[in-house]
Amino acid sequence: MISVGIDVGAKNINIVVLKDTELLGKGAAPSGFEAKDNADKLLNEILEECKISREDINLITATGSGRKDIDFANKKVTDVTAVTKGAISINPNIRTIIDVGAEEGRGIRLDENGKVIDFAVNEKCAAGSGAFVESMSRALEIPITEFGPLSLESDAEIPMNAQCAVFAESEVVSLVHSSTEKKDIAKAITDAIAARISSMIRKVGFESEIAVVGGVAYNVGFIRSIQDHLDREVLIPESPEYISAFGAALMSEN
Amino acid sequence: MAKEYWRWKEYNWQDENIDWREAETISAGVDVGSVSSQAVIMADGELFAYASMRTGSNSPKSAENVMKWCMEDTGLTIDDLHFTVGTGYGRVNVPFADKAITEIACHARGAHKMYGKTIRTLLDMGGQDCKAISVDEKGKVTNFLMNDKCAAGTGRGMEVFADLLSLPIEEIGELSFQVEEEPDPVSSTCVIFAKSEATGLLRDGWPKNKVLAAYSSAMAHRVVSLLQRIDIQEDFAITGGIAKNSGVVKRIEKELGLSALTTKYDSQIAGALGAALFGKVLCEKKRKKAAAV
Repeated sequence: MISVGIDVGAKNINIVVLKDTELLGKGAAPSGFEAKDNADKLLNEILEECKISREDINLITATGSGRKDIDFANKKVTDVTAVTKGAISINPNIRTIIDVGAEEGRGIRLDENGKVIDFAVNEKCAAGSGAFVESMSRALEIPITEFGPLSLESDAEIPMNAQCAVFAESEVVSLVHSSTEKKDIAKAITDAIAARISSMIRKVGFESEIAVVGGVAYNVGFIRSIQDHLDREVLIPESPEYISAFGAALMSEN
Repeated sequence: MAKEYWRWKEYNWQDENIDWREAETISAGVDVGSVSSQAVIMADGELFAYASMRTGSNSPKSAENVMKWCMEDTGLTIDDLHFTVGTGYGRVNVPFADKAITEIACHARGAHKMYGKTIRTLLDMGGQDCKAISVDEKGKVTNFLMNDKCAAGTGRGMEVFADLLSLPIEEIGELSFQVEEEPDPVSSTCVIFAKSEATGLLRDGWPKNKVLAAYSSAMAHRVVSLLQRIDIQEDFAITGGIAKNSGVVKRIEKELGLSALTTKYDSQIAGALGAALFGKVLCEKKRKKAAAV
């Protein structure tokens, strides 16, 4: 059985193609303004690489904030359902999921059967989402991929007063003007976003194993800060930004 | 360098009919805000001069610069000022001030002078915060609510939009009414998310003015909720930079079903004016005390 999971996020579309539970292919593209067309195009590219035709697909499941646009999907599931399915399929011992995407942050608490007990979402405010790190890397004039590694070079504890991404940008500019080193500012920023996310996680409670998924999981500075804030080790699955799409593709199991 | 659409004009003004040399008390107020700084000089309680400038990264320097500009061509020097009060978020960093007073108290005092004794509710829309203040008949603060955590509903949020749309910030109020029909407000509260939403609307073919209208009404809605929480009274006024943006002001008035009070004074000097008024009283007290000794 061939199944497809499509995760349409605020920034990117991630697609996973499975044969039963075995990974055949995956790919990502910007969501853009025509998410449906972009998802359609991306799916065709992935299928071509795996040498599968569209007719071979048994089920397409869409998830993510833009899932309603994907009218060619057979099924639609919420972000929480998809990411939970994906995470516990990789590691059944996961009890807490921290999912930080481009414009959303999510904390999910699971019981020992992998059932969702509680969850909290922030989709109203850019502080505590990937957009925060993006706007800060613009203010610091460093590529987003270098942000995490640079922050790891610092042990400084400079508190960021601003919670708002717009105000934080002005604060970063002031720090740059006062000759604070970029690595110290980068550390202050990863601490700030980790503080926001960890307060959201505390609302739902957390228990090990804790998995961090979504694009922000690639930010090693954020991972260090969140581990410090929660005083726990966290797991980062391979390709953390694909966990929701993977979970959506697995929906055909039910 | 790219044109900076957010950049508003800095300005100064003086009353040529007043000779400060004849005044008994020259009091001054400096309001060092997060985005702009204002200075006011009063001669015996009458407004003599004022100036408004952008706050730099160095707050003592910003206070000095704006006061210098306020005194330009007046013949005044810092030493001629009998009493100076600092206010605003940088108030403790005004090197030449005799005293610091919170901006809430100063805004209430200033607005009381600017809009008259009937004023009961004041909305101060600043660069990085927004305050709703309840005032009594003497201009004293009885209650206040403040948002200084989030850029939504602040001048900084409007600057972000001026830049995004490449429209001069001083014109966007009027431009926001040049639409065929009033659109729904943008749905995101967060300025960063509203910016992505606006980019999407532009991509869908919305004219810039329509996007501006959608953002201005979202901003109005945001501050109206603050005003409702403080139990707004009929005699209300809006101060701060956004008070000059008719696109936001008229939409606030419409949503409330009330008209804001108007004034001959510049809406941005309320804090500094209040500080200078406090300065006059404090100066007279000081003199009385000295005379009694």
